[in-house]
Amino acid sequence: MNAMDLLLWSRGPGLGIAIGIFLFGMVLRLFEIYSLGRKRDLAPARTGGEGSGWRTMFTRSVPDRAQFKRSPVVFTTGYIFHIGFFIVLLFLLPHIELIRSISGLSWPALPTPVVDLIAVITLIALIVTLIYRIMDPVRRLLSTFGDYLAWTVTFLPVLTGYMAYHHLLFDYTLMLALHILSVELLLVVFPFTKLTHMVTLFISRWYNGEWFARKGVAS
Amino acid sequence: MTASLQKGINALREVLDAPIASYFSSCVRCGMCAEACLFYTETKDPKYTPIHKVEPLRRLWEQEYTLTGRVKKMFGLSKPVTDEELEEWSPLVYDSCSQCGRCSMVCPVGNDITYMIRKMREGMAISGHAPEGVIGATKRTIELGSPMGIKLPALQTQISKQEAETGLTIPIDVQGADYMALLSSMEIINFPEYLGALAKIFHNAGVSWTLSSEAFEATNSGIQIGVADLARDIVMRIVTAAEKLKVKSVISPECGHAFTALRWEGPNLIGRPYGFKVVHILELLDELRSAGKLKTTGKESEALTYHDPCQIARRGGVVEQPRRLLGDVAADFREMSDPGVWNWCCGGGGGVSANDRAEHLRLTAFKRKKAQLDALGVETMVTACANCRIVLEEGLEHYNMNVKVVGLTELVAEHLVEQEAGK
Amino acid sequence: MRDETLLDTLKRRGISRRGFLKFCATTASMLALPPAMAAEVAAALGKVRRPAVIWLSFQECTGCTESLTRAHSPSIESLIFDAISLDYHHTLQAASGHAAEEAREHSMKQDWGNYLLLVDGSIPLKDDGVYSTIAGISNLQMLKDAAAGAAAIVSVGTCAAYGGLPHANPNPTGAVSVSEIIKDKPIINVPGCPPIPAVLTGVLAHYLTFGAIPDLDDLGRPKAFFGESIHDRCYRRPFYDQGKFAKTFDDEGARNGWCLFELGCKGPTTHNACATTKWNGGTSWPVQSGHGCLGCSEPDFWDGGSFYKALSTPISPVTGAAAAAVAIGAAAGVAIGLANRQTKAAAKAAHQKATIADLEK
Repeated sequence: MNAMDLLLWSRGPGLGIAIGIFLFGMVLRLFEIYSLGRKRDLAPARTGGEGSGWRTMFTRSVPDRAQFKRSPVVFTTGYIFHIGFFIVLLFLLPHIELIRSISGLSWPALPTPVVDLIAVITLIALIVTLIYRIMDPVRRLLSTFGDYLAWTVTFLPVLTGYMAYHHLLFDYTLMLALHILSVELLLVVFPFTKLTHMVTLFISRWYNGEWFARKGVAS
Repeated sequence: MTASLQKGINALREVLDAPIASYFSSCVRCGMCAEACLFYTETKDPKYTPIHKVEPLRRLWEQEYTLTGRVKKMFGLSKPVTDEELEEWSPLVYDSCSQCGRCSMVCPVGNDITYMIRKMREGMAISGHAPEGVIGATKRTIELGSPMGIKLPALQTQISKQEAETGLTIPIDVQGADYMALLSSMEIINFPEYLGALAKIFHNAGVSWTLSSEAFEATNSGIQIGVADLARDIVMRIVTAAEKLKVKSVISPECGHAFTALRWEGPNLIGRPYGFKVVHILELLDELRSAGKLKTTGKESEALTYHDPCQIARRGGVVEQPRRLLGDVAADFREMSDPGVWNWCCGGGGGVSANDRAEHLRLTAFKRKKAQLDALGVETMVTACANCRIVLEEGLEHYNMNVKVVGLTELVAEHLVEQEAGK
Repeated sequence: MRDETLLDTLKRRGISRRGFLKFCATTASMLALPPAMAAEVAAALGKVRRPAVIWLSFQECTGCTESLTRAHSPSIESLIFDAISLDYHHTLQAASGHAAEEAREHSMKQDWGNYLLLVDGSIPLKDDGVYSTIAGISNLQMLKDAAAGAAAIVSVGTCAAYGGLPHANPNPTGAVSVSEIIKDKPIINVPGCPPIPAVLTGVLAHYLTFGAIPDLDDLGRPKAFFGESIHDRCYRRPFYDQGKFAKTFDDEGARNGWCLFELGCKGPTTHNACATTKWNGGTSWPVQSGHGCLGCSEPDFWDGGSFYKALSTPISPVTGAAAAAVAIGAAAGVAIGLANRQTKAAAKAAHQKATIADLEK
């Protein structure tokens, strides 16, 4: 199998398989969660908290100032790599073309050197989070194989994309194939690791916001 | 598997629900909850990271309720929850968690970790992994009626004393009164002034109220240890008495978890809404104040601060009321750092104060409150929870701090504009 | 004529020595040789006696031959081509029928072990290769016979090099490339649909000069010509970096000569010399004419999805797979959901009311 075969496989059957596993897994996970149900709260709620679940879905993205000061590394690197990852994902032209070909939606791209710089910053932030995860006692204790796996499959697409663009290590064709395959690995692993948080955090925040709001607290 | 472990696992299977499943699915092990927990910030021991305290619950959820977990279990890739593990986790679930709810406010993905610890205690307690002190308190509540073993005669003694002191009658078992007041055992033993304060305030405001000889104890060890069946029995005493006396409302006293037990958990424990309302005493005082029925005179001149009890503020939504009340009676009220829903726990909530095993840890955790107080430099701290009050006093004594702790209701009562007799 | 040297032939055709040296210098530079090597190339090439060449055409369209013989003017490239002793080429030769085949066999016998074998077109393997025969001989058999006595083989065009169009899905004739059949001879792939004439003559010049095949990449292509991608050498590359793209073939971007990535250009994954040598005597090349690169010098370029869809898009639609996955996920979800509810219901049924005795183990 040569590089072009690999590229064609990754753009063809590979992508279909990866998207299939991703969607299968995520739908399954949502059923797993909601099938457990929740008892209706019989305690009369305080008034004025309606819609708080929806509100908390968004407000929880902004930390309390005092808490920010207590965990600056996690907050800073966390913001940088999340935002960076999504800028690279959503504003590099080839990616927009991919989204357009699947969904018909498109928007203007950022100049490639800008995306390139953001990719570097994202990679650095991801490396810092990894080092922090290994060095910091709390994160080291909490970390499981799944955490390192999730980190790896997040890091690889950015890295291989960067390397492909800069013709590092391998020829572009092979690197592009590896880049697409790394994204497919991310999709395959996604539903079965903590990466599900991208979807489920909105469920969690809703429950949290709703729970607190019934008690009259904006969480 | 022992029968008790079987029961514990079974209880955990029962309590695992969609919110918990979404919380575990969302956790990214960022560890930010550690910085929200005073048991971690004051010890820097990573095992006190809140989400770590529910690790056995997470594994059980994965094994029982997810496809990947079931597969892993089938191939022996996921180790089962054992008695040894639960025993190891007992100090994490009981000693180092006061159910303060701060981690639930901080978690970036929105996990209500406190909710999960509350649920996990259901399995821990029933499988015999609750600490002795908390078991003792629960036992006394079930067998004697109160965690401190206080019975009606003890209350009657305090009633007589307070009646003598205030010159007012303290009504008991009055049918059809508007309000039925409850007390916590700590108030009965340590702070009976609360009862006198109630009598004075209600007399002045013209509130019709009563105590019940059948249910005067507000605390509920059942929810602290985490046994819904027992918590239900305990809360049912109050419900039965209140519905028998046909009161319109029940007043939750200056006690944090009693409010949670009665106001938020109670209807869910008994499986139906109450035939009466539940108000916290601070809510009622604030209502009276707004209605002009609570007039005060004079203000405390010395600087004072307010300690928000977790279950009343963050987990109960009573935040502004105490500040309005204090505004009337304090000339120099100073807010602590992280006030209101961001308060730091006294360290003794959620059953920790009843748990002798946790004493050293609790006093270590008190360093947080000490730092807050040192920064503020006040000598009086007002609060609205008898348990906080005891724990704070112990902590202050341990660290030789010259700070006085006062109950807010009593403070308000002291400044009451007394109606002239006969009016 | 067979003993004439290359230089003699060229002279006879009216090419001056200066013109020949210029060609040698250009070839040397294309081959990435140091400038000093031009003289050596000239010396070696000048002395070369017309090598025997057999050209076999299999499943092909004659486009490769057209490309190489129909240069815009009688260039030195085409003359180099003329200067070889092309003993068999069934499109170009005058002989036909038995005479033609005899000429091939004669040449093979005479230069056994020394002739150069050029092949264009792919070889069908399915059904014993009945889909393409010449004089009743299957392509497979003819290739094997001719390859046995060849010093080296040049696969001319993408069909011979990688199977090309006949090999494209669903490949009804079971077409394969030369290198999938012949394993024991040096093979130089000069892919392209068609290949660039200068590249083929350059390869021949190299072979004639050094008597060895040039450095090849992992797809058997001379690195000197296929070492870089179209994208990297493209004069429109700065627009890619700036994010300026033509959206349609007649929009402002297209008129301004912006990057054709969105219109399906396969330049980033295509290795060829188009961007530097250009076509038709350096007149233009596909991207310059306003059309994206098709990727014709790469294996399976017909199977890489639409020529007009960006490289980063799926080759085949994913919506079917996605819909199926959601349906299967939902079915599995309902199943595990029911199992979960059963587990919970069983736990509830097994619940015995807790007493204080339960608290102590």
